[in-house]
Amino acid sequence: MSDAVAIEVKGLGKTYDTVTAVKNLSLSVMQGEIFGLLGPNGAGKSTTLRILITTLTPTSGTATIFGHDVVKEADTIRRLIGYVPQERAIDRFLTGREHLLLLADLYHLPKHEALTRIASLLKLVDLEEHADRVAKGYSGGMKRKLDIACGLLPNPKVLFLDEPTLGLDVQSRLNIWQYLRQLREQGMTIVMTTNYLDEADQLCDRIAIIDRGEIRAIGSPRDLKASLGGDGVWLTLGDPSPQLVESLSTALKALPFVRAIRPTPQGLDIRVDAPEKALPAILEATNRVGCRLDGIEYHRPRLDDVFVAHTGRSLKDQPPEPTT
Amino acid sequence: MNEQIQEVLALTNRWVKRLSREKFSMLFTLIQPMLFWLIFFGNLFQRATDVQVVQAPNYMSFLAAGVVVMTVLNNGLAGGVDLLFDKENGFLERLMATPIRRSSVILSRFLFVMAITAMQILVILGVAFLFGVSAETGILGIALILVLGMLFGIGLTAISMAMAFSVKSHGDFFSVLGFLSLPMIFLSSALVPLAAMPGWMKTLAFFNPMTWVIDAIRPLILSGWSEALPQVAIALGVLAVFDALCLYGGARAFKRSVG
Repeated sequence: MSDAVAIEVKGLGKTYDTVTAVKNLSLSVMQGEIFGLLGPNGAGKSTTLRILITTLTPTSGTATIFGHDVVKEADTIRRLIGYVPQERAIDRFLTGREHLLLLADLYHLPKHEALTRIASLLKLVDLEEHADRVAKGYSGGMKRKLDIACGLLPNPKVLFLDEPTLGLDVQSRLNIWQYLRQLREQGMTIVMTTNYLDEADQLCDRIAIIDRGEIRAIGSPRDLKASLGGDGVWLTLGDPSPQLVESLSTALKALPFVRAIRPTPQGLDIRVDAPEKALPAILEATNRVGCRLDGIEYHRPRLDDVFVAHTGRSLKDQPPEPTT
Repeated sequence: MNEQIQEVLALTNRWVKRLSREKFSMLFTLIQPMLFWLIFFGNLFQRATDVQVVQAPNYMSFLAAGVVVMTVLNNGLAGGVDLLFDKENGFLERLMATPIRRSSVILSRFLFVMAITAMQILVILGVAFLFGVSAETGILGIALILVLGMLFGIGLTAISMAMAFSVKSHGDFFSVLGFLSLPMIFLSSALVPLAAMPGWMKTLAFFNPMTWVIDAIRPLILSGWSEALPQVAIALGVLAVFDALCLYGGARAFKRSVG
């Protein structure tokens, strides 16, 4: 990731007749990062994405990609970006190769360049064997790979993906994540929507949590989780006498990684920043104070905790809706 | 300009590929109109027809012009269907995120529907020829029949595409299509000349642009240039207005839908 801004969104809004899909949304995406828009279905992720890929016009605010306005300079934007729509956007009567050939003409690639690029993309997504079969017979994973190849065909500076792993089996998901990380290594900026917490957590450098058309929180998964007050360490003491708890608390407070300490009936609830350093230090402190431990429990804050903290509900509680 | 030609050709090529891979659909598209209407209807009503009323040597020679225009009608009204599916499954959005001129998608559709329609007209005229019906005005007449068919088809395809971009679901689209198609045929001079219709039907048929196109094509087949030319001139006028309205409506629907 570099310091250069790839995408700048300011006060973006989109209202359909009476429904507000997105309101006053601002964010910036850095060059070379994987940026995730996380939220439940209908939160406004896809609307935001569509405005950025120029297929929807915002009703207020502005968005620029590498300094070009998505409304006024739509054609320039379209030459800079690649788009990976949801899986259904495949023509089942065309072969994989024909999809790519069609797009090559729409991006005005010269024939020889199109052919070499298509060959290397089919190789990249491991679809060479099936390139000349009609897409009707493709599995979900194969369609997704084809989609990604289509998105990469114009050699874009920014790649947009709409729910890239929705409905895929575990192996295919991991493969897609692998491609996306490779692309990031090559300096590509990637913006994706997702309603999978683990995807946002493991794949994205930074995420924006979107709910009911508004951004609730923005930052790296690590920072967002840390903002909850750090990882949690629960100590169950053999002798939770106030005196012992007091002296242990004093010892722990001196440690640099400890952010907060709260007594519990069994012992202490400690919030820490860097668990790998904090845990040994905590154990060392309990020994030093002469405190017998009956149990120690360590729990990282999950992204869902972040989601709950900012939206008041759990993303996991969302019923799986049919995608539209 | 070169870029747009590249876009339109690539998109048109896609429609051709799709059709060629839907073998059944292609077969029915090509064969159904002449089989159902020309051969079945033409022969079935042969003896039930009053030659004085249709003013033709036999019913099939009268019907040929009607079947040509019916084919144009059906192809035109169905011309937006593939775009409707593209809109619904997101393929259209994929296309719209590429740096193509917005009009290329529309142009490719016009090009494809017109090409298919032209081929079908030629097949229908060919089958009619096998049943002994040949155009009095010869090759030039047939060329003019194609031109009239195309001009009518452009407006119809524009209506169809406008509907495809405006409807909420494809159920709506096909309901409207089913509702439009048959009345358009019955309330025209396709099956019976205007003069032989009951008054109220005659009035409705008079305002159906299809009637004017059929009445221009029929003399090109049955009579000859002197009778045909005035009718052709009227039809061209009607089509100019019809196409202008349809294209204007279509352009608005398209702009509203994809910007």
